[in-house]
Amino acid sequence: MNRLRLGRGLVLLLCGVYFFVPLGASLYFSIDDHHGNVAFNAYTSLLSAPGFLDALYLSLELAAATVVLLLVLLVPALLAARLGAPKLRPVIEVVCSMPLVVPVVALTTGIVGVLRWGPDYLANTPIFQTFVAIQNPNFPVVLLIAYVLMALPFAYRALDGGLRSVDVVTLVEAARSCGASWPRAVFSVVLPNLRSALLSASVLTVALVLGEFTTASILGFQPFSVWINAYGKTDGQMSVAVSILSLLIVWVVLLLLSVLGGRTRKAARS
Amino acid sequence: MTTAPTPVPTPAAVDTNGGGGTPGTATPATPAAPTAIRRRRGGRAWLGALPLLVFFAIGFGLPAVAIAIGAFTTSSDAPGGGGHFTMANLSDSLQGAYLTALLGSVKLSALTALIGTAIGLPLAQAVATSRFKFVRETVLAGSGVLANFGGVPLAFMFVATLGNAGEVTTSLGLKDYGWSLYTFNGLAVVYLYFLIPLMILTITPALEGLRVQWREAAYNNGATVFQYWRHVALPVLLPSLLGGYVLLFGASFAAYATAEAMVGSSIPLISMQIGDALSGNVLVGQGNLALALGLDMIVVACLVMAIYLPLQRRSAKWLSS
Repeated sequence: MNRLRLGRGLVLLLCGVYFFVPLGASLYFSIDDHHGNVAFNAYTSLLSAPGFLDALYLSLELAAATVVLLLVLLVPALLAARLGAPKLRPVIEVVCSMPLVVPVVALTTGIVGVLRWGPDYLANTPIFQTFVAIQNPNFPVVLLIAYVLMALPFAYRALDGGLRSVDVVTLVEAARSCGASWPRAVFSVVLPNLRSALLSASVLTVALVLGEFTTASILGFQPFSVWINAYGKTDGQMSVAVSILSLLIVWVVLLLLSVLGGRTRKAARS
Repeated sequence: MTTAPTPVPTPAAVDTNGGGGTPGTATPATPAAPTAIRRRRGGRAWLGALPLLVFFAIGFGLPAVAIAIGAFTTSSDAPGGGGHFTMANLSDSLQGAYLTALLGSVKLSALTALIGTAIGLPLAQAVATSRFKFVRETVLAGSGVLANFGGVPLAFMFVATLGNAGEVTTSLGLKDYGWSLYTFNGLAVVYLYFLIPLMILTITPALEGLRVQWREAAYNNGATVFQYWRHVALPVLLPSLLGGYVLLFGASFAAYATAEAMVGSSIPLISMQIGDALSGNVLVGQGNLALALGLDMIVVACLVMAIYLPLQRRSAKWLSS
């Protein structure tokens, strides 16, 4: 048994080395001024870097909008499937899993194809204005649609898992018997019970949107990840600094979430 | 999404509370027969799912139609005008540089998925059996970040570490050994950085499903550690392992951000070729070539899923029984 434990420790140690060397080296790279001194310029000058704040705002706006739209679409659908129309469940599962099958690059080709219909065939119709509007660089709705699609599988799994652990039907029955209206039953009884599932679906979505690169880059918008890439070509040190920061922030958030989620689950059981 | 999806174990098919009607939930004022209630509420329930279905039909359906039509028609800037049926896009997409890129992607994906599976399994086992909850939580949360979020930040971190002026490259003098990050092998090293975490996420539920009793029974009957793994654990894990391999293949195949940020299109990969083609770097009249390339990619991804889903279902059956 002792030898097993030693082996396990060794495996974890090797894994730790493999995963922390790039992190450590990047950290060193970002604070090394190439004269043997340590300088934090890359971090301090970040806020004043051209385009940094705009890109960050765009990403945050998109992330918030994606979370809202995703939950507005998904929660009623899942509740409907649980409460009244069980036949809907396989349909919803297929719909929510489809985006997993199609690689993001391929989905993006499709989107580009659709957007090309605008100038090619619809130039003289009112629909053309819609095509222009959804490509507004200040808030690209087309990216919002793509992100909701990409986040659908994760959010579905998270919410479905949450619903599985709650007896929604009984909860709603009880609330309705006590005279609660439908909206009240949903908002003050069902949703609070799904808090941790809603939270983890949201965090996964935010992480996904902040890190998304493919679609935004191909369609020519400049949210955070695209900015890092573009700016990295001119200031390598700063791009590495931003990369480390963004990875660490998402990591800490996910860690907090799993700790909090674990605690509430345990509390609920006891 | 920059890389692959986090796999979540397929939910067991058991339905604890959704199946059947739910009589008794009707408003107290309408004492109707249960079946009538169910039918009426079913009708309203459809409305709850309607926004999602409409959104999906537009957001996912239109691009799919665009690919299906575009891949088989001439593009609008072609000499004979757009919209004519043709197989040229598809056959072009399977020739020359594009074929090389497709094969390069398949080769890179197959190789990195194999290494990722081989390294991920013992790692996941070490994590799953660790006594420290903190280690488990940290590793799993970290895996979630690296597997899903990676992309561009990952590329820059590796450039800083193993690139031409990277810290490790210069301090160990790796260049003298012929190391370069901007090659097929370099890309494979970077891909493993998100593929191994993905494997850990995929296989951990299966490892947790291995009963302690099975191991104890094997040891009590005099089996060695090796024999236990050879005859008990691996056969049970095999569907999950194959499923994980296929998933890693898919993730690696679909990856775009890391390679684009790191090497651009200097290494032939299908996703890079599509990005190039969409950015307008193709000959006049071949605008629809990108759609055909996208179709190629979807076909490969569908093949991957066709292998993955049954395997996943089978392993779920094994481990939940």
